[in-house]
Amino acid sequence: MAVFKKLVRSASGAHVPHNKNTENFETVKMPVPARVHIAMSQHIGAPAKVVVKKGDEVKVGTILGEANGNISACIHSSVSGTVFAVEETLFPNGQKAQTVVIDTDGQQTVCDCVKAPEVTDYASFVEAVKASGLVGLGGAGFPTNVKLAPQNLKEIDTLIINAAECEPYITADFREIMENGEDVVEGAKLVKKYLNIAKVVIGIEKNKPAAIAKMKELCKGLEGFTVLELPSVYPQGAEKVIIESATGREVPEGALPSAVGCIVMNVASTGFVARYIKTGMPLTTKRITVDGDAVNQPKNVEVVIGTTIKDVIEFCGGYKAEPSKIIVGGPMMGTAVISDEMPIIKQNNAILAFGKEASTLPAVNPCIRCGRCIDACPMGLAPVEIALALASKEADEVKSLSANLCMDCGCCSFVCPAKRPVSQTMKEAKDFLRKAAK
Amino acid sequence: MKLTVSSAPHITSKDSSRSIMLDVIIAMIPAIIASGIIFGPRAVILTAVTAAACVGFEFLYQKIMKLPCTVGDLSAVVTGILLAFNMPSTMPFWMAIVGSFFAIVVAKQLFGGIGYNFVNPAIAARIILATSFASQMTNFVFPKSSSDVIASVTPLAANAAGSFANKPYPYMDMFLGTTGGVLGETSAVALLIGFAYLLVKKVISPAIPLTYIGTVAVFALAFGQDPLFHILSGGLLLGAIFMATDYVTSPYTLKGKIIFGFCLGLITMVIRVFGTMTEGVSYAIIIMNLLVPYINKLTRQRPLGFVKAQKQPEGGKK
Repeated sequence: MAVFKKLVRSASGAHVPHNKNTENFETVKMPVPARVHIAMSQHIGAPAKVVVKKGDEVKVGTILGEANGNISACIHSSVSGTVFAVEETLFPNGQKAQTVVIDTDGQQTVCDCVKAPEVTDYASFVEAVKASGLVGLGGAGFPTNVKLAPQNLKEIDTLIINAAECEPYITADFREIMENGEDVVEGAKLVKKYLNIAKVVIGIEKNKPAAIAKMKELCKGLEGFTVLELPSVYPQGAEKVIIESATGREVPEGALPSAVGCIVMNVASTGFVARYIKTGMPLTTKRITVDGDAVNQPKNVEVVIGTTIKDVIEFCGGYKAEPSKIIVGGPMMGTAVISDEMPIIKQNNAILAFGKEASTLPAVNPCIRCGRCIDACPMGLAPVEIALALASKEADEVKSLSANLCMDCGCCSFVCPAKRPVSQTMKEAKDFLRKAAK
Repeated sequence: MKLTVSSAPHITSKDSSRSIMLDVIIAMIPAIIASGIIFGPRAVILTAVTAAACVGFEFLYQKIMKLPCTVGDLSAVVTGILLAFNMPSTMPFWMAIVGSFFAIVVAKQLFGGIGYNFVNPAIAARIILATSFASQMTNFVFPKSSSDVIASVTPLAANAAGSFANKPYPYMDMFLGTTGGVLGETSAVALLIGFAYLLVKKVISPAIPLTYIGTVAVFALAFGQDPLFHILSGGLLLGAIFMATDYVTSPYTLKGKIIFGFCLGLITMVIRVFGTMTEGVSYAIIIMNLLVPYINKLTRQRPLGFVKAQKQPEGGKK
């Protein structure tokens, strides 16, 4: 019964406004810009090692950076042209990474190396995924080949295709289903086949009835496939949350989804797998939702990776008004960037530009102990208590309140009536624990 | 181009501390109107006096102490109205102002202001007033009952005196509020309208009021008394709906709220049935307020994927 579940954990999430203004905007291909900036760190793990130098001619699909170590991913050129420079640049996450700057020739000549991979078994399938440069496109950027090679492969019984798309504004995944639904199903079939997984669950939030209908239609008669309708409450797409919704299993603290027999893949990543196996074209383009009240023509655009935010906005009719905040990603978890010169990377799925009013956060007031942050936290944490323990620097208390489990979803800050930056405090608490552990 | 950089999330909900307090004030309006009808205009004036005094004391305190002014959050207004609800309509204004001073300055601001008071300010002030000005605090006005009996005691006092069998008030009077008592407690219907509003606006969870009232009913039955009478009389509905649900002084989690509500009901009934006082709601609430930090600690939620820390093996440390 629901009440008994609430006794363990309220986890009611946040009722964020959906603002899916662009859901009916078919993806438009953006022309290749004059110059692209391709970063060597577009994933979780070690940055790729640059293998080109200034003056080199590159084509679409040419390898620019090779995967460096176990958790890494290779980076391909998304354009044809000449390497203008290899330089270090600052990224939205505050880290510096090597970037290959390419002057494009506009021809988009495809590299000879691009050909459909030969896939016969599990090993060659994972090898192909690795060569494609695919990382989790939902936002985390975890290298997919690593995800597909868990140590307990035999125990994996459920593949979850994450199409929740719970962040406001973003409709890129919705468009993937509407435009490339067949690829998504094909990709899921491939993973199911080569990893020998019994069940495939496609999770979609109820606010996307068209996507649910389409996937149900495509999955008709497929053994082991189910389409799961998720409530339209943020953050249904969080990995641990969608695993619990789909299987009832809880991923233990510090473990990966494979620990409970699950692999979770973003819907766009899944569609890409099918296309790559068919064509051998590595990950060089990305669908991006461009929206926000400072953008003239909100759109879903397909851009070559490395296009700067500025060029994308230009393509969308430019700024309507001087933007005060530009967010890469959604408004709940996205990063506010310091300049629009930053390039698009693989796991970006939205650019939102807002004018002054929407960018101004309300004034912070004293905490009134309403407990809404506790109620909302999908992980069942107590941000208000963690904040108090952090203020008094009690490492044991912060730890016993499981601050480590926080996934930065932002629900606590969103629901806080005192407008406190609770989510930011949670980040500080995790940082505090890391330092205290040393 | 100058861009704002801030930590995610970049949007917040529409609710604010002020909107929540405003909702609580709106929820109390039916009871204010009822008090005006039942006890006359002085009841409403008294409410205005305490509300104004509470806001004034908060403003002055923060001004003198050079603290940021927080009267805009309207929490002092809520405290003021609740304090008036705990007084008979005949309460001298100066005493009401003394009560407001105690509620805002002593119970709330001296402990750090909003969010840091460890007891409900209005209840603390009510208890101070009841002990300091006992006769004025019980100088009730007795409206004419529909049964044409002019009663001279509150329903609970009648019960304690053993005259309960005579039923000085029919249920309908107790439901509408045409009985003796303090301003805000008598009209069950007005309080229930406010309760419904708070639930619809999701300002409070129904857990505390329901468990509190439910426990009172169960224990009334167990003690061989009339549960409906106990629910409708005294300050139970006022306390359960508006005072025990105060955010700062009630537990965070559903589990904690249920335990809190149960203990409130138990203490209230023990005082009502066995105590020398006729009413136990305010004491029950203030006692449980003090236990809230412990309840919070013992009723935490189990986080998703929580792994119990491994115990150190025996003899593992020196």
